[in-house]
Amino acid sequence: MPKATNTDDPEGPDGVQIDLISGERMENMATMEKIRMILDGVHDGNIVILEEGLTPDEESRLIEVTMSEISPDEFNGIEIETYPKSKTNDSSLLGRIMGGEESTAKLTVIGPANQIETLHKDETLISALVSRD
Amino acid sequence: MGLFTELKDSISRVTDRLFSEEEPKRIGIYGPPNAGKTTLANRIARDWTGDAVGAESHIPHETRRARRKEGVEIERNGKSVEIDIVDTPGVTTKVDYEEFTDEMEEDDAIRRSREATEGVAEAMHWLREDVDGVIYVLDSAEDPITQVNTMLIGIIESRDLPVLIFANKIDLDDASVKRIEDAFPQHKTIPLSAKEGENMDEVYENIAEYFG
Repeated sequence: MPKATNTDDPEGPDGVQIDLISGERMENMATMEKIRMILDGVHDGNIVILEEGLTPDEESRLIEVTMSEISPDEFNGIEIETYPKSKTNDSSLLGRIMGGEESTAKLTVIGPANQIETLHKDETLISALVSRD
Repeated sequence: MGLFTELKDSISRVTDRLFSEEEPKRIGIYGPPNAGKTTLANRIARDWTGDAVGAESHIPHETRRARRKEGVEIERNGKSVEIDIVDTPGVTTKVDYEEFTDEMEEDDAIRRSREATEGVAEAMHWLREDVDGVIYVLDSAEDPITQVNTMLIGIIESRDLPVLIFANKIDLDDASVKRIEDAFPQHKTIPLSAKEGENMDEVYENIAEYFG
């Protein structure tokens, strides 16, 4: 299903497109614009990497919109991985009590659920296997 | 002021603001698929009203639409609270109907997956709009540090919703309540087995205390 991208040749090249989206590109976008951009990329079989992640409200809407677009044999959802929030950038209740600022500064990887498999994740590394079929 | 005093005061402010009215609080039961949410909802509903909320199953997404049991009055140790229990579908970012085809015909599997996706979308919408507090149910035998759990806890915190974490299935050999406490130390974790009815006294004490 991943599309050979940036080519008019239907026979190739065969590959997976990775969209690395800067925080600057996202900063003036509305929530639904961000979600549309992410899901359009994922529907095309791309892996989308956000330099800065989504807010909790945007994550909630991403799940909601993803669910509304799942269709048998066509799209079965997304895999999403984000580095765990660091203690100094914690937006949790505890973090806010401790004076931390809410931040989306966390790299996020999103891809089609049928193509991306997380092999390992810790505070500094996301290791993912992307299949071509 | 000490950290835990500040934490307690902050929680009190949140609960005082949200729970100042005398009407039933809508408490959403959230968590990943197969954590035992419906089993817990049924246990609470049966204990306090005599009726169940919905069917339970080992197949993921047995609960595909949010179900509400209204007017459940829970009393413990002089504290009481009247809640509407909202049992929600297990939240996930993917649903593949082929996961169900071992258990049922393809048409039924497709219908199940479609209902599940609608149910999860609805549950996410309700989390933003329609619940006053959250009981977050986790399977004690599973790793709690998943992307969905991390995101959902973050969403709940961002909305300042009071949340209790229930470490369910402590009757299983692989259960580890500490693993859940360590994963979400900012929230109170209560161990239980909804299936076996273990530790339900503490469950009800905490519901009455925290949401009352």
